[in-house]
Amino acid sequence: MKFTLTEEQEMLRKTARDFLADKCSKKFVKQMEESEAGHSVELWREMAQLGWMGLVFPTKYGGGDMSFLDLAVLLEEMGRACLPGPFFSQVVLAGLPVLDIASEEQKQKYLPELIHGEKIFTLALSEPGYPNYGASTITTRATLHDGNYIVSGTKLFVPDAHIADYMLCVAGTKPRGGITIFLVDAKGPGINCTLLKTIAGDKLCEVVFDQALAPKANILGRLNQGRSAIQKIIERAAVGKCCEMVGNIQRVLEMTVDYAKERKQFGQPIGSFQVIQHYCADMATDVDAARFSTYRAAWMLSGGLPCTKEVAIAKAWIGQASQRVFALAHQIHGAIGVTIEHDLHYYTRRAKAADLAFGDADFHREIVAKEMGL
Amino acid sequence: MDFSFTDEQNRFRQEVRDFLEEEIKKEYWQPACDAWVQGFDTGFTKRVAQRGWIGLTWPKEYGGQQRSHIDRLILTEEMLRYGAPAALHWFGDRQVGGAILSFGSEELKKEFLPRIARGEAYFGLGMSEPGAGSDLASLQTKAIEDGDYYVINGQKTWASCASFAQYFDVYARTDPEAPKHRGISEFIVDAQSVGLSRIPMIDITGTEAWNDVFFDNVRVHKKYLVGEKNRGFYQVLHQLDYERSGMERLMGNYPLFEGVIRFAKDNKLSREASVRSKLAQLQIEFEVGRLLIYRVALVMEEGRAPNWESAMSKAYSTEFEKHLASVAMEILGPYGQLKSGSKLVPLRGMAAHSYLGSKGYSLQAGTTEILKNILAVRRLGLPSS
Repeated sequence: MKFTLTEEQEMLRKTARDFLADKCSKKFVKQMEESEAGHSVELWREMAQLGWMGLVFPTKYGGGDMSFLDLAVLLEEMGRACLPGPFFSQVVLAGLPVLDIASEEQKQKYLPELIHGEKIFTLALSEPGYPNYGASTITTRATLHDGNYIVSGTKLFVPDAHIADYMLCVAGTKPRGGITIFLVDAKGPGINCTLLKTIAGDKLCEVVFDQALAPKANILGRLNQGRSAIQKIIERAAVGKCCEMVGNIQRVLEMTVDYAKERKQFGQPIGSFQVIQHYCADMATDVDAARFSTYRAAWMLSGGLPCTKEVAIAKAWIGQASQRVFALAHQIHGAIGVTIEHDLHYYTRRAKAADLAFGDADFHREIVAKEMGL
Repeated sequence: MDFSFTDEQNRFRQEVRDFLEEEIKKEYWQPACDAWVQGFDTGFTKRVAQRGWIGLTWPKEYGGQQRSHIDRLILTEEMLRYGAPAALHWFGDRQVGGAILSFGSEELKKEFLPRIARGEAYFGLGMSEPGAGSDLASLQTKAIEDGDYYVINGQKTWASCASFAQYFDVYARTDPEAPKHRGISEFIVDAQSVGLSRIPMIDITGTEAWNDVFFDNVRVHKKYLVGEKNRGFYQVLHQLDYERSGMERLMGNYPLFEGVIRFAKDNKLSREASVRSKLAQLQIEFEVGRLLIYRVALVMEEGRAPNWESAMSKAYSTEFEKHLASVAMEILGPYGQLKSGSKLVPLRGMAAHSYLGSKGYSLQAGTTEILKNILAVRRLGLPSS
């Protein structure tokens, strides 16, 4: 048992932190939020050159052959920096599923361009209605027509679809229950993408498939057998979001404590008042607890261990813990924290978006209940 | 990072479980809440000692096994899971033995550590006083030198396990002129000493939970001074870090946790969304707390004394225990109020016991407020208030 990172992971963390401190200022984040693309081609290229997109992929596809746990460290730093752009979609939502389930031929074709950042990939999974995660609620249909599949239906909250080259699209392929994952050309005919306006300024889309083409050769994994792959995709995405959130709330704790040391009222730093100290102590406890439960899930996922319960625990915990952290961070920062002149709002908005992504605390508590045999 | 146990650790856990299950099968005792501090069983303590499980981490020369702190956490975790009556040796094993090991003379180590490890010396604590709780440094009990002896006068309170204690770890003022933190010393006092008397105190559950302990000209030989004279306050802070460090803060009521989950399943209550949500939330909080406590053991394993780490795990865990008791009461409804021995009582009255008893968990061994002060100053570097 060991709760600390390896030397290599610490180096990766430092490299990432330094790079992002340099390239991902809040001014840049703001620009990206305000731009339609939400994505800087220049930064994307640099990240590809650093090997970030390929970090967890085998060397034979051009990757760095590192583990999901290493990626977790990188995701934490990205959360800390509020990094905009499609990295999460590319690697966590699309790349790793391709590695999991695609044929060797498909991997040879798609992974190198994914790893080099030449093409942008994302995942079209969730749909209108509540709750919107899980294979059972999928209404998008793919029907066989002249040897290829024709996809119709609506996907919601698809990240980065507006700039994507390829989408993994999850669709029903039998009248009852059969689910298949297709890799579709995101810019092809019959696909209509509308950018939604979100609190985090990230780029979530509604994607309407209206008789879009999905060649039979682009089925990822087995026809009608996508269900277990989807569960793994959701679990991995949930852990990935947890990692980003750990970086986010860790930074917010540091910002808040710094502020409490500097801000003076009644002739002394507000951090010398016990009520503020206890708020900060509560924040630190939530942050450490979130870190350990997240990294436990990431470690298990990385080692290929079954971790449905541990993932759900991590996501349920951090969903609620982050909201407590932000309630206190804002209370301690006072009015400046609710303006756009201070950086806190970047974190507040992103933490809520991450809480809502891939199942909130209620959703994951129910998974824990099932795992307890309730 | 590695969140797993080694094969050896897993085997050890299994060994402890087998032992405890055998004990229960033989009906030596019944699993109970708070048994780590309220379950007194000389036979059990002796049998645990025979296996070498008291003083597990201590050097072999003093009767220990030189095992890791993770092993000790596994051991205590299983004791708590089964609600085993470990109170007679718990304090000596957890903290007083460690204090003697860290600060005591060679003579004291040789006199006490092997006996604690053999399950033959039971310890109680003499820290709090009527006028010195959170502000422990204000304690007024005095120890005045008289030749080869110290003469102790004063009163200690909230002394857990005190009726059964053979020795007390007592903090007393040895320099009334010095600043209050710098005039306190630590002593081992024989509970049979002339002038020492005890009056039991009954807690809100009806249990004899503590004693008031009175010292009326109690003479203690100088060799029972632990560590340096007037360094007692620094030593007690060190000891408190260990007192707060363990799994008992999270799992003191584990038999209730297990019991209420089983109750909800057996009575089909767990089909209700609100019950599912409450129990799942408890499971989440439990597993998170467990990680915070394993972190503390990992700190000790690095050879550091835990400090804010155990303040964090203890403050967190006692909230979990209060939450557990509240949820158990909600799920049991009106049956929850029934006490052990009553007609119709569910879960042997553990819910009622825990609901009432848990009010004290966030007070003993450092109130949650004191622990948060420690976190704020030591972990976060905020200025002292």
